Amino acid sequence: MSNVQTFFAMGGYAAYVWPAYAVFFIVLIVDTVAPRLRRRRVLRELRARLARQDARQSRVRPDRASSTPITTPPSL
Amino acid sequence: MSNWIPLWLHKLGSPPTFYRFAGTLRPWAMALALLLGAVALYGGLVLAPADYQQGEAYRIIFIHVPSAWMSMFIYGVMGVAAFIALVWRIKLAEVVAMESAPIGAAFTFITLVTGSLWGKPMWGTWWTWDARLTSELVLLFLYLGVIGLYHAFEDRRQGARAAAFLAIIGIINVPIVHFSVNWWNTLHQGSTINLFGQSKISGDMLWPLLCMMLATKFYYVASLFRRVRTDLLALEGGKDWVRQIAESEAGQ
Repeated sequence: MSNVQTFFAMGGYAAYVWPAYAVFFIVLIVDTVAPRLRRRRVLRELRARLARQDARQSRVRPDRASSTPITTPPSL
Repeated sequence: MSNWIPLWLHKLGSPPTFYRFAGTLRPWAMALALLLGAVALYGGLVLAPADYQQGEAYRIIFIHVPSAWMSMFIYGVMGVAAFIALVWRIKLAEVVAMESAPIGAAFTFITLVTGSLWGKPMWGTWWTWDARLTSELVLLFLYLGVIGLYHAFEDRRQGARAAAFLAIIGIINVPIVHFSVNWWNTLHQGSTINLFGQSKISGDMLWPLLCMMLATKFYYVASLFRRVRTDLLALEGGKDWVRQIAESEAGQ
């Protein structure tokens, strides 16, 4: 058997060692990816809400909102 | 002079400051976690010799034991943050406690599964209801309970307070997990690493283990910071600093 084959055979314990390492990596990858997706969703929702607020303000005061759309503080 | 440190801490506890602080540190923590993790894997899987009793199967130790340490360490952090959140009502402490729970649950799950995969060839069974295994399973249920309770409330902050209370009560389980191998008769082997005194392990097996322990610590910091940053954005949605971030950061 070559060196690589011996390594992957793990002295006959390959069926236990490799699944253990697979579980370790899969769980941590899920733990990394899930918050990333959540962050994207939160930012998207925030932007949508800010856009709605700006639109509402420009309807109420069309003269002000057109000149200063961003610096007007949100009315919460 | 005595006022300097509390002032600094107070500033770090404010959401916009912590958001920036965590954003700067997070990539470095992740890079260190990946680097140390890679070195530990090489040392553990390739360089370290086979165990004289367990052969190659013992190599599960390099992920099982660091994960088990993290399952208890994260519970400790969560408990302390939960206590601070309940006593001083600091929003950041609530967020840190609540976002630690999923990471702790992940490490506890890894500990149970890898332990099971190690137990089958060594003990001849996937699972046994002994003290160490049962208390670790209880730890998983505590984490899941904290997560569930947090999400059961309409109001996030009210949920965080209820869940923080459960987290504090559950701290009692951490020393039980740790000392269970000494207090009760068990299949599980005793501690390999002793903080004070001689460790029962040879050097070329010890260093990859400690290296992986550091890697998981840095991983926790990186994962926690990403989660906390997102939570702060969601909680402070109406504030000006969040508006600036939402408008400047393109979709990342």
